[in-house]
Amino acid sequence: MGGLDDLYQQLILDHYRNRRGRGRIDHPSASVHEHNPVCGDECFLDIRVEDNRIVEIRTDGDGCSISQAAASMLTEVAADKDLNEALEIVEHFRLVMHGDAEPDEDLLGDAIALEGVAKYPVRVKCALLSWLALRDAIASYRETTAHGG
Amino acid sequence: MTTTGSSALDAHAIRAEFPMFATPRPGGRPLHYLDSAATSQKPQVVLDAMDAYYRETNANVHRGVYEMAAEATDRFEAGRTAAARLINHPREALVLTKNATEAINLVAWAWGARELRKGDEIVVTEMEHHSNVVPWQIVASLTGAKVLFAPVTPQGEVELDALRALIGPRTRMVAAVHVSNVLGTINPVHEIVEMAHQAGALTMIDATQSVPHMPVDATAIGSDFLVFTGHKMLGPTGIGALAASPERLNAMEPFLGGGEMISDVTTEGSTWAEIPWKFEAGTPPIAEAVGLGAAVEYLEALGMDRVREHERATAELMIDALDEVPGLTILGPTDPDRRGAAVSFTLDAVHPHDIAQFLDSKGVCVRAGHHCAKPLMRVLGTQSTTRASAHVYTTDEDILALRDALIECRTWFGV
Repeated sequence: MGGLDDLYQQLILDHYRNRRGRGRIDHPSASVHEHNPVCGDECFLDIRVEDNRIVEIRTDGDGCSISQAAASMLTEVAADKDLNEALEIVEHFRLVMHGDAEPDEDLLGDAIALEGVAKYPVRVKCALLSWLALRDAIASYRETTAHGG
Repeated sequence: MTTTGSSALDAHAIRAEFPMFATPRPGGRPLHYLDSAATSQKPQVVLDAMDAYYRETNANVHRGVYEMAAEATDRFEAGRTAAARLINHPREALVLTKNATEAINLVAWAWGARELRKGDEIVVTEMEHHSNVVPWQIVASLTGAKVLFAPVTPQGEVELDALRALIGPRTRMVAAVHVSNVLGTINPVHEIVEMAHQAGALTMIDATQSVPHMPVDATAIGSDFLVFTGHKMLGPTGIGALAASPERLNAMEPFLGGGEMISDVTTEGSTWAEIPWKFEAGTPPIAEAVGLGAAVEYLEALGMDRVREHERATAELMIDALDEVPGLTILGPTDPDRRGAAVSFTLDAVHPHDIAQFLDSKGVCVRAGHHCAKPLMRVLGTQSTTRASAHVYTTDEDILALRDALIECRTWFGV
């Protein structure tokens, strides 16, 4: 079952079974709700931002092992990152998922294990759901603060 | 299960007539194709008929005076004749479309957009495929009509009393699915059509999942419109049909305009061709109609009663086999007499995508997702399900491979 093991690396199953950063933030700086049109899975993502830095990030919602593991990994990778830095990592991850970049472990952390997902086009959406939610959350945060200030 | 009587279908013999099953798979995997509700495989005779059309008599239809063009027209129209015969419907009132979705859109636009008024009501059920919801929502937003949903019980059946209560003087259309693509439920369409007609409403039956699997008599059902698609009934993609009452079609204005569908065109305006061609603008899917005709002949040779019996027996075996999987819940009716062999289920906390991915590694092809029926998913309290669905070539081995892979899947994901 080589193909399956490539996709579902141990690290992915570990994040799936022991999900990190799960839940909601009480007073988030930005909050977004995304869904995957293919399967109907939902993802809630909250961030708290201080001094242009993500001081807290949590995700919630149900989904497949790939989407849940990706969300779990994201909360570890994005924690304590500067907003621009976080966007850069998300973009790198997006390119890797579309097969347009070689994965950089320094940027991706545990999410390097999702590399194999790129070979399964239908599952790419699962992996990207929470990561693109972070991109939207940052955009939403910036829009709010720009209008607010 | 395929030998319940002397006249039962031999799925193994049928399988040998489908080239797909003889094609080697990566890594020597078997092919347990259990996604026929999404699209069916095609027998050699369908491929041959389409190939022969292109090789022997490819020409545009209804135009050329040369013999080859006449032959092309004959083969194309023979496809229509076969499709109409299969469902016992007059051939002149069978419009060939791209698929069932287009057929429903044809009715929504050619009838609904012109006839619906503010406050009019379109009644559908909660178990409709999006193709029998979204076109109505679009014309409703255009006309001010409303789309009402008849509830579905947790057991996956339309609540007939609630449906009856929803149908009233403002109801202009009742549109319902014959067999659910998610739950396999066979709906009492005769009763639904009668209920609607008593209230003076028109009716549309989505027979996409019934025509391929059981005898369907459109005349006996008596709906104003009935749609189905070629690719789920062993035919090619790109061809579907709208069977309508001839009076209704004659009274309707065209949907798409262009070549083929006119009687005369002047700079002042145009007049329309006779039905069904009035609704077939442009060069039609000729080879696809030929393929559809071959698929119908193949099904007729098997006998639709035997096809249904195989379907019933397969549903029964599938339900029994799935019952053996710990943690598995079947959605929809479990009585094989009341359902087709499209069976949706959930498995503990294992997500349908993960199930489908795991099953694929065992050569078992199933569908995972919302099956284009999100209103129904909400009723069932889930976002997605896994669905296994059968056809005439589905064997006992396919079903047992599904069962065994599911048992292994649960352990593998360890949830």
